[in-house]
Amino acid sequence: MTITQDVVTEGGPKRSARRRRRPLTFDRVSFMVVFLGLPLAVFVIFVVSPFVQALWYSLTDWSGFSSGMNFVGFDNYVKLFHDDIFLKAVRNNIELAIVVPLVTIVLALTLATLVTIGGSGTGTVRGLRNSGFYRIVSFFPYVIPAIVIGLIWAQVFTPASGILDAVLSKIGLHQFENYAWLGDARTAMPASMFVMIWGFVGFYMVLFIAAIRGIDPEVFEAARIDGAGRFRTAVFLTLPLIRDNVQTAYIYLGIAALDAFVYMQALNPGGGPQNSTLVMPQQLFTTAFSKGQFGYSTAMGVILAAVTMLFALLVFLVNALTGGRERKVRR
Amino acid sequence: MTTTADRAGVVAAPRASGKGSREGKGVATTAHIALIVWSLLVILPLLWTLLSSFKSTQEVLGNPLSLPHKLRFSNYANAWTTAGIGRYFLNTVIVVGSSLVLVMILGAMCAYVLARFTFPGNRLIYYSMLAGLTFPVFLAIVPLFFVLKNLALLNTLPGLIITYVAFALPFTVFFLHAFFKALPGEVYEAAQIDGAGEWRSFFSVMLPMARPGMASVAIFNFLGLWNQFLLPVALNTNSNNYVLSQGMASFASQAGYAVDFGALFAAVVITVAPVLVVYIIFQRQLQVSVTAGGVK
Repeated sequence: MTITQDVVTEGGPKRSARRRRRPLTFDRVSFMVVFLGLPLAVFVIFVVSPFVQALWYSLTDWSGFSSGMNFVGFDNYVKLFHDDIFLKAVRNNIELAIVVPLVTIVLALTLATLVTIGGSGTGTVRGLRNSGFYRIVSFFPYVIPAIVIGLIWAQVFTPASGILDAVLSKIGLHQFENYAWLGDARTAMPASMFVMIWGFVGFYMVLFIAAIRGIDPEVFEAARIDGAGRFRTAVFLTLPLIRDNVQTAYIYLGIAALDAFVYMQALNPGGGPQNSTLVMPQQLFTTAFSKGQFGYSTAMGVILAAVTMLFALLVFLVNALTGGRERKVRR
Repeated sequence: MTTTADRAGVVAAPRASGKGSREGKGVATTAHIALIVWSLLVILPLLWTLLSSFKSTQEVLGNPLSLPHKLRFSNYANAWTTAGIGRYFLNTVIVVGSSLVLVMILGAMCAYVLARFTFPGNRLIYYSMLAGLTFPVFLAIVPLFFVLKNLALLNTLPGLIITYVAFALPFTVFFLHAFFKALPGEVYEAAQIDGAGEWRSFFSVMLPMARPGMASVAIFNFLGLWNQFLLPVALNTNSNNYVLSQGMASFASQAGYAVDFGALFAAVVITVAPVLVVYIIFQRQLQVSVTAGGVK
């Protein structure tokens, strides 16, 4: 194995020539084996090989524990497209991937904007006083494990003993006295979405605050002098300038929404009333580990991966079509 | 394209212009109100959880808005011992601690080699790691189950640790790659001339220089691993080896029948409180890390 140092120094031609082909000392060989070989072995065995195996298993009728495994081609996929429960889960996931990122980003951007340019004053655009407090508090959910967020809100939503119904009936909305938010097919999904958004907003708010603060203050000054109000500044100036951050956030959030397993498992482990909150990962998990249909469930995994890739591609495409590239060049 | 935490170039200009106009005050007030509403929405459920953790089951099921009659610390004792939260806590500390140390070492080594050495396949390895970052874990979970089974690591803590390491590795490498790439080459040269081998150059020279990057990644990895749910639920089904997140889930699903709600809330507080306290102490560093790492 030849090891060449990436960094070329100005040591004259003789020295750099020597640098290109180094003697294979024990130090160098053991270094490469341990530093590259060890992490790669772990990565290949536990990450790459399962992904590759999944593609193969999805084409078989493997039940997992039997030794027999037949190649069935695309039968699993054909079956999936006639599986009403799975299709329902796909629809729920798509719904989540549209609503959750959108609401989270709008909310996070609004709050970030309020913090950064909501301060009083006419001359300069300035941040809000004591904004540190809001940042710290909003960020709380990020350090709470998702499963615990789900469990807390499951209790909040519980009829009779939950705090939500109690508060609502206290302020006069008595129709919610014993309302099961997670037990009604109409509200189970919106309530679950709310929990996910609650968990995500603070993190993205902090990200956007940093992005907005990274913009040259003179840009804001100029806009102010030209007479642009705060709202116009936020929509027509800030947003275009941080659109790459928004795109990244959209993709992360979309991937999280396509997973959603933890939240849904905490709120409605069974998939909710009439499968209204069932998501693909939940269905995959039950199919594999409760029903033992491993071949069929890996096919679900492939679909999930395909939808995720498609989603990311779509976000890139929309950003490019609405002028993302062009703006970046101008910046 | 990368907008990192720019502490100096804040939008908030120095308070030079004195008093603001009435319009400006109005905006500031509205902004404060909106942010307070959101803060309450974050705090109230947590506060309610804390209060409920001191209630008896009857009190929990009775009036959700009432204060606890007396502070029942017995809930905490019950959660810790009877519900097994203490054991899960210990398991989590072992698993998260070991995987964190391992993934930081392996990740730094791998990122260092990929960033500073050219050899055939370098790009291929780097990009396959990037791909590993975007693929959903769910695609791998079934084959992974059998990989661990064949290695006799299924339902064991070492099995869980190595899997955590493997799945946290791509992110760690990706993040640290940029850090090692940015380190000046002269220092490495100097170390080599002074007679340091590759091992020494890394551990005594390059690794200490990458400390800020390491700290950021470590924070991210810690939160990510502490939060991990799918991997333990699928690969670690022996209840003696449960980690906190899955222990909480199973406790909550049992609580639906056996009902010790006070203890359930206490378990939630036990899970949340340590991390929340650490967060409040280190919140500045954490937010800096998040902005440095997340805005890619």
